[in-house]
Amino acid sequence: MIGLKGSIHSCAQGWLPLTAPLGKGRISAVSLSYLVENQDDPVIWRGPKKTAMIKQFLSDVCWGELDYLLIDTPPGTSDEHMTIMECIPGCSVVLVTSPQAVAAADVLRQVTFCKKTNAKVLGIIETMSGFVCPNCSDCGLLFGQGGGRRLAEHCNINFLGSIPIDPNLSRALDKGELLQNLSSSPSAQSYCDIAKLLTKT
Amino acid sequence: SSGINAEYGGCPNKQACSTGKFKTDTSPSDVAIALSKVKHKILVLSGKGGVGKSTVTAQIARNLAARDYSVGVVDVDVCGPSLARILGVNGQSVHKSSDGWSPVYTLDDIAVMSIDFLLGSEEDAVIWRGAKKNGMIKEFLTSVDWGELDYLVMDTPPGTSDEHLAIVSLLKQSKVSGCVLVTTPQEVSLGDVRKEVNFCRKLKLPIVGVVENMAWYDCPKCQTKSEIFPATTGGAAAMCHGEGLDLLCSVPLSPKVGQSCDSGVEGEGLPLEYGVLVDKITRYCEG
Repeated sequence: MIGLKGSIHSCAQGWLPLTAPLGKGRISAVSLSYLVENQDDPVIWRGPKKTAMIKQFLSDVCWGELDYLLIDTPPGTSDEHMTIMECIPGCSVVLVTSPQAVAAADVLRQVTFCKKTNAKVLGIIETMSGFVCPNCSDCGLLFGQGGGRRLAEHCNINFLGSIPIDPNLSRALDKGELLQNLSSSPSAQSYCDIAKLLTKT
Repeated sequence: SSGINAEYGGCPNKQACSTGKFKTDTSPSDVAIALSKVKHKILVLSGKGGVGKSTVTAQIARNLAARDYSVGVVDVDVCGPSLARILGVNGQSVHKSSDGWSPVYTLDDIAVMSIDFLLGSEEDAVIWRGAKKNGMIKEFLTSVDWGELDYLVMDTPPGTSDEHLAIVSLLKQSKVSGCVLVTTPQEVSLGDVRKEVNFCRKLKLPIVGVVENMAWYDCPKCQTKSEIFPATTGGAAAMCHGEGLDLLCSVPLSPKVGQSCDSGVEGEGLPLEYGVLVDKITRYCEG
């Protein structure tokens, strides 16, 4: 999605992440996709193997100095999530939901996970929050409305913001052109605002 | 702290567990016996989260029930058990008898088993590593009194990990009738679904085909058709063509589907494509 493709190389100190300039700074990334030869091969790993890999990503990568490390996780509250909380006690967490009650219900359980693992919950982001018809500008609530804000209020957590559906963003993610397209999409401003909020927490 | 309702004295298998009964990693023959009166077992899979797998599972079940099939549903996604809510039976309790756990029945007579029924509250988290999840999945397949079913539809979490390996291993003797893979049109989803296809092929699971969900949106005001998640690489049609798979249906993104899932009530005006999907599934399974 972020347009960084390639293989990971190692140095004396460990693995080198893939890196690219971004604005005035840089973005570095590690991913299992940088370690597999064929991107269509399934990664059929049980929990312990996933745990070992995550630990390597956290301890064996030469990140250099970073202002922020963002860790994307799969849905759920299982091996991956437990491993991260064990490796990074008190890790900051941002929760993502769609407006739907069904999605928010799952995230409610993740809020409990965060409490039990002493995570620092920075807030909730709601994505897929409506779609503006390019023809008539009618705003379609494709996935309902307000689920993220209601969840935040119920759990007494910051509501960081909502992101509208943006087909141009989806297109950019598919092509790995996210970094070049940040400024032009309607959802970009929402992400910008949320990022600014997060830098203040 | 596992989140299991203390009212049940914790895990229902606490006593049996301590005897070492579940130490055997897999019991395909136990599952085959338990599911001997289930004619067809369908796995709903996706490589990617958020593509609507649970929605599709529920729609398959509802459309089968509408065609007078006897249907059961198992939610194998133990950390994110959405199906109970989508089918309108969340928060209900299961009862255990000498025949096993009795599933919860929806208004349209779909038998449902989910960890939702074992959790004390909607806030309880299932913070389990893989091995513990596998134990629960085995319970769902061996200890539920399903009775006679035409179809047992199994929802899974996204990916190719413990839950998927557990299901495949447990169903080795009982046989999976077919896998339905769910995607959206985006390449980031298709890429993960290709992995899922290769998972199925590696483990010799029969693939019914692919459902492309959220394929387009029809504006209710001006009827303009919009691509919400643009198919930058030809969508599911191109992927299916490349992989030699059947594209079972492309389903539009309809707010009514979301409303149905949230309310647990079927509702009217849902995409007809789900009916087409079920017709293809029954044709695949019954010949």
